[in-house]
Amino acid sequence: MIPAAFEYVRAHNLSEAVSLLAHHGDNAKLLAGGHSLLPMMKMRLAQPATLIDIGCVAELRGIRDDIGSIMIGALTTHDELTANAAVLSQAPLLAETASRVGDIQVRNVGTIGGSLAHADPAADYPAAVLALEATVHLRSAGGERAVAARDFFVDLMTTAARPDEILTHLRVPRRPPGQGWCYMKLPHPASGYAMVGLAALVTIEGGKCADARLAITGAGPKAVRLTKVEAALEGKALDDATIASAAQQAADGIDATDELYASATYKNHIAKVYAKRALAKAVERAR
Amino acid sequence: MKTTVTVNGVPQTRDVEPRTLLIHFLRDALGLTGTHIGCDTSNCGACTVLWNRKAVKSCTILAAQADGGEITTIEGLAPDPAHLHPVQQAFWDEHGLQCGFCTPGMIMVSLDLLKRNPSPTDDEIRHGLDGNLCRCTGYQHIVNAIRTAAQRMRVPAVAAGGD
Repeated sequence: MIPAAFEYVRAHNLSEAVSLLAHHGDNAKLLAGGHSLLPMMKMRLAQPATLIDIGCVAELRGIRDDIGSIMIGALTTHDELTANAAVLSQAPLLAETASRVGDIQVRNVGTIGGSLAHADPAADYPAAVLALEATVHLRSAGGERAVAARDFFVDLMTTAARPDEILTHLRVPRRPPGQGWCYMKLPHPASGYAMVGLAALVTIEGGKCADARLAITGAGPKAVRLTKVEAALEGKALDDATIASAAQQAADGIDATDELYASATYKNHIAKVYAKRALAKAVERAR
Repeated sequence: MKTTVTVNGVPQTRDVEPRTLLIHFLRDALGLTGTHIGCDTSNCGACTVLWNRKAVKSCTILAAQADGGEITTIEGLAPDPAHLHPVQQAFWDEHGLQCGFCTPGMIMVSLDLLKRNPSPTDDEIRHGLDGNLCRCTGYQHIVNAIRTAAQRMRVPAVAAGGD
């Protein structure tokens, strides 16, 4: 399979990338690692007139441990996230999620910025960044803005980013003391994408749940927080019975869709099972 | 567009369409047909090569993206047929292939795996092969081959250490 013909331009820095995007407009797509975009182009599901390769833009690289948050450049590969010391200590949920993306070859090239901007409903990161309450930073010729993760994922393959905006980095709050984490998914047996992916963050203070955040990806058209499960946990001692009972509400509001390989009914069931397992693991790590 | 990629240590410049995939650049423009096209959808790993020393699927990368970079293919591993790379030799010795179609990809991903983890457990080897499919061997002999290669590649380091 070969993509439809396009014009290729390489941006050498961020301001060049921004002006190329402003110049080429809606007919252009940004190319980072290309591991979401190129497969779609090969199947002719995407036929951009111009590809702006931002793979060499140094300003979009790197991970920085700032006061209060970790700054993660859009071109950070999945593999880099799995091994970075700051991410492992301050945002271990993100490292665990990255380790479950694709395979070694995909993790070597695919980027977190590309994956977020692509907004595949079965991608792994959306659940994690929703639970982490991360902020996505966008740049255009008109300036820069920050969008909370909860406002970023709009619908299937649709984000709050405008066609003239580049996702430059994301900011992830540092892990508070006593917070446990877990990302766990039921992968599609062939593609490895999440049929159901569960991200859980649990903070325990004085033996009780001070903060619980769960999000699910893969089940419906976009990743969502499981607010009912969260509400059922907060303020409680997190014993097995409390976790099991809260997890029963994990299918509420996820808008599960029927797929060739998994019915909505099955996904709803798996959501409850994985919510229970992910919570148990997060609680174990919080203690 | 003019594209220059250093392949197996030799800079290669070709004029190719922007939509040329790296796999086609290697096979069609350079005639290096050791790298295979399997699924063509970044699932099977038959097209795995090293890009700047990391294992990648060359069916999902544009030649243009690799412009200015370094690629190693299966042809770049052995100086001559009598002196195979330790991973190639281990695949030979352990019968790590039957039809051979997946083998170049298996060997290239093994190089990345063994660079990260020179002493992998069998579980770690299997996990490392997550992105590579073999339809003949049932994988066991491939795992044996990579384990053997790891042992042999560790030997010189031990000898140099003096113990």
